[in-house]
Order: sequence, then structure tokens, then C-alpha cells
Amino acid sequence: MTALFTEPFLVSLLFGAVTAGLPLLLAGLGEQISEKAGVLNIGLEGMMLVGAYTGFLATYRTGSFWLGFLAGGAGGMAAALIVLFLCIRKGLNQIVIGIAVTVGAEGLTSLLHFVQFSRTYPRLPAAPALALPLLSRIPVLGKGLFSHNALVYLSVILVGALTWMFRSTYLGLSLEAAGNKPAALDAAGVDVIRTRSFAVLCTGFLAGLGGAYMANVGAGLFVPFITGGAGVIGIVLAMLARGRPLWVLIGAALFGASLAMTTALQVAGIDIPTDVVQMLPFAVVMLVLVIFARNSMLPPALGSPYVRGER
Amino acid sequence: MTMEGEAREGLAATLLRVLIPVVLALIVGGLLLLALGKDPIGYYGYVLQRSLLRWGGVQETLTRMAPLLLIAAGLMVAFRAGIWNLGGDGQFLLAAVASAALAPALAPVLPRGANLVVCMIVGSLVGALWSLLPALLKARYGVNEIITTLMMSFLGTSLANVMIKLVLRDPDTTVPQTRSLAVDDRLPRLFGTTIHCGLVLAILAVILVHLMMTRTAFGLKLQVLGANRAAAVHAGFRVQRLTVASFALSAGLIGLGGAVEVLGVWGTVRADWNPALGLLVVPLVFLARFNGYAVIGFTLFFSALIVGGESAARRVGVPQHYVLVLVALLLLFLALVEYLDQSRRKLKVA
Repeated sequence: MTALFTEPFLVSLLFGAVTAGLPLLLAGLGEQISEKAGVLNIGLEGMMLVGAYTGFLATYRTGSFWLGFLAGGAGGMAAALIVLFLCIRKGLNQIVIGIAVTVGAEGLTSLLHFVQFSRTYPRLPAAPALALPLLSRIPVLGKGLFSHNALVYLSVILVGALTWMFRSTYLGLSLEAAGNKPAALDAAGVDVIRTRSFAVLCTGFLAGLGGAYMANVGAGLFVPFITGGAGVIGIVLAMLARGRPLWVLIGAALFGASLAMTTALQVAGIDIPTDVVQMLPFAVVMLVLVIFARNSMLPPALGSPYVRGER
Repeated sequence: MTMEGEAREGLAATLLRVLIPVVLALIVGGLLLLALGKDPIGYYGYVLQRSLLRWGGVQETLTRMAPLLLIAAGLMVAFRAGIWNLGGDGQFLLAAVASAALAPALAPVLPRGANLVVCMIVGSLVGALWSLLPALLKARYGVNEIITTLMMSFLGTSLANVMIKLVLRDPDTTVPQTRSLAVDDRLPRLFGTTIHCGLVLAILAVILVHLMMTRTAFGLKLQVLGANRAAAVHAGFRVQRLTVASFALSAGLIGLGGAVEVLGVWGTVRADWNPALGLLVVPLVFLARFNGYAVIGFTLFFSALIVGGESAARRVGVPQHYVLVLVALLLLFLALVEYLDQSRRKLKVA
């Protein structure tokens, strides 16, 4: 057991937890914005996948990681446009369209990958890391938590910014009203459709950004189905967080740690199936739900389209 | 996605509304292939020829239908009752593992028929059991079943692997898998074909579910529950019981699908095997508007696409993931056609 507490093990565990958790954080935050506004984005996985592909493509072609992140966000937004048009404007079933977005993104990105990269499987160079001054010199923690790509720190700042936005800005209140009582928002003179559209585009951007981070920084390459259920975990995180960004961060850290644990244990030479560790966060969450079971406090209008004048 | 007024419409109109999205999806998908430098006509021709015009292909297509149909039957129950059972993969896999572990163990003791029946029942029970927690949480506390079923699905997939790797592993194989069921002990095949009799069971299940949902009091109650939960409470239905029952029935049918696939085709479950059919069948059920007969038709179409698409990946150089693009396009066009149809009808009323 002593192998578990060596410095390299702990550093790789922490570092891996952040790398694995960041896409979950971004996707979860994105989903949270949509859910606040009353849109259930089952297509989150698809948005991440499109972002992973476009992000990788941009970085591979230009060599710039920041352009890759931007392209990833744009790709996610492009996928979100389908939800925007069909579900928010036309009021079609959000779950069916969400599944279509995910399945379509899986197929399309795999197909494009096959045509472009299936013979070469190109890899990106290691992404630039920004070691925070002073903090990065703390033993173990410094290398594990404070020597990451700059996007990691920006995302943590985003958690604070979203908390503030939800709580004390006009926009945050509008989003909340769009999910709780869209008719009231409409009566107050704010366009519900526009508010929800904005929310979905934000979701697309953040999910795509998370996907791009996953491909460019986490893996250094794009392979079909690279997101592997991260979008689904993002949905779960957003629903469990009940509208609080900080809880998404905590959840993403928990899930990230257990994902990192599987690789870290293998590095340490401990032979238990990775599946055991992967079950842990889900088991914990289910247990919490059973013990503290009560209404999950989701916005009442979640998943239903808004049609003016209809009750 | 409304179901009302289906019966009153002519068959021709319904057919048209289904055929238009299919044709549009094939055309747009074909344009995509063209853009990628592939020959769409050649591809579609190959898929059709491979999966439906050759006897071997037909048998493969029909065999593939069995688990798809049982999953579809399970989803029909849940969706009509307004329950989003998105945890099909976990239910399917755990049932598959349970029956794969049980069948070779019971084979020396029980006669073939009894063994298969027992294993299928156990498979369904395991599937149903895996939905119990989401069902109770939903029934008692209204906890959203989308998250709980998805989480249980992740848990179930991992648990299936853990069971295979640690507990049920066949010591004689290098790849972790359960002990293999002898071919003679598997589900009997139909009339000298390679199709096992699970297909008959699956078709019967879909038809029975369809009749149950449309012709029985229980089915009607589930439909009321799905259409308007408050109305169901108001009408004095035991909503909690109905919720748990429809969860159990749904997951039980999906579990039966897992058992049938193992007992009919593979005879064993390998670690990390996950066909992930749960979400892929969702669109079919919606395309069919929860109508059992239409589900059978769409499943045939989809099964042919999978069989042909897999083979085309090797022969024509179009990866089988293209089938996913087609499914997505189909869903989008279906939704659009439905929307246009509705707004046209609204105009008429106004």
C-alpha cells in the first residue's frame, strides 16, 4: 500500500483528476445554464463530440491551442443550433432531438475522422501549461493542481462568474424565470424564446470547449466516440447540482478523481479492474439520492416548449 | 410527438408521413457520402443486396432483430407511461451476464427447454431489478428518472464487467468471458435456418405489448399516466404502483432482450462487450409513434442497415458509423415533417 502515497502517484492522481474533470465541469456548467432556462439538453454529448472534432481540426491545422478552443466552442454552438431551431423555436420534443444530435454527432465525426485521419492518426504536441507563480511550487499540490493549461484556471473563474450571474444579474433572473414560469417572463416583456436560445448557445459553446479540451489537451488526438459518456455525466452533474455552479465543480472533481484513479492505480501496479473504481462515483450519487431522496427541484417548465398564450 | 388522431387518418397519409423522412434522410445522407468522395448509389445498393437480397443476409438481419425488438417493446411500455427509461444498456447487459452465467451451470441438470426458460426468466428479473431503484425514487419522491436510469446504466455496465472479470470468469480462456454455452444447448433454430426462435418471442412480445397498451384497462391507465400524471392521480389510479409496474415491465423486456441475444447467438458474454442498443432503439420507437406493428417494420429496416453497414465498412470503405448519421437524419426529418403537418392542421382549424 505504500506505493499509493509516493509523490509521483499523488501528483499523477491530482493532475489526472483535473484533466479528466475539466470537460465534465464545462459540460456540466453549460447544461446547467440550459436547465435553468427550462431546456433539457440531452444532446450535450453530441455538442462535446462536435467540439472535440472541430477543436482538434483547428489546432492540428493552425498549431494554435487557443484557436482550437475557440473552434471547439463554435462547433458545439453549431450543434446547439439544431436544438435552438427545432426545440426552442418549433417546440419539438427535446429528448428526441437531443438523442438525434448525439447520434448524428457520433456518426458524422467518426465519418469525417475516417476520411481524414484514419490512416495517419495524427497527434498534437503537448499543450502549453501555465504554472501559477508561487502556488505551483507547493510540493505535490503545485504539480498536480497549479501547472495546467490556462483554460483550467479560466474555468474555475467561470464557476464564480456564473454563480454571481445567476444570483445577482438581470440575465440570471431572466434565465431562471424562463425555466420556472416562462409566461411571467413573457409578461414582464422579456422574450422567452430569445432567452432560451441564448442559454442553449452558451451550453453549446461550453460543451464544445470541454470537448476540445478533452481532445487537444487530455488526449492529444481525436478518435471516434472520444467523449465516451462525458456528456451524460455532465447532464447528471447539472441535475444533481440544482442550479448551483459550485456543486458542478465539486461533482466534476469527484468524477474526475475516480477516472484518474483508474489510471493512477495501474501506474502504481495495483491490479483491480478499472470498472470497480469507475462505479464508485455513480454508486455514491445513487446512495445520496436514496438517503436524501426528495424532489430534485428541477425547474417546473423543464423540457416543455413555450408557446405564447398556451397553458 | 402526438399520437392522437392516428387511427382516423388514412393509411396512405400515414405511410407518406413515414416515407418522406426516410427518403429525405437517404438523399441527404447520400449527398454527404458524395461530398466525402464515396458513391452513394453503390453504397445503398450494396447494403440492400447484402442484407435483404441474399438468403444469408436475410437470416442475419432477422437474427439481429430479436434484441432490438425486445428493447423496443420495453421502451414502448415506458414511453407510453411517460417514463424515460434511458438505462436500457445496463439492464440489457446485466441480464445478458446473468443468463450467460446461469445457462452453462444449469445445462447438466435441467433439460434444454427448461434451462432456457429459466434463464430467460432470470434475465428479465435481473433487468427489472436494475430498474427498481429509479422506479421507487420516481414513484415516491419524484426524482427525475432520466438521471437515475442513466446512472444505473453506467453502474450496470461496469458491474457486468466486474462480475465477468472477478467472479464468473471462465478459467480456460485468455480473454475474460463467461463459460460458453454449448451450441446444442442454445435457443433452437427455426426450420434449418440460422435464425433462433428468440425472434418469434420478440415479435410476439411487441404485438402483445401493443395490444396491452391499446386494448386493456392496464394499458389505458399507463397511457393516462403518461399523458397527464395529475389526471391519473385525480382519477384515483394508484400512480406509485403503476409507475413501478411500468418500470419493471419495461426493464424486464429489455433484460429479456439481453438474455435472448446471449442464449440465441453468443452463448457467452465477453468483458467490455456492450452493444449499446438502448439509445439507438429510442428513435425507432418514436418513428413508429409507439405502434407495435410499425416498430416491427422499422426494426427490420434498421437491422438491415446495421448488417449491411457493417459489411460495407469492409467492402465499400464507408465506416459503419454512417448508419448513425442516417438515424439522426431520419429523426430530424421525421420531427420536421411532423411539425409541418401539425401547423398545417392548425391552419385548417383556424
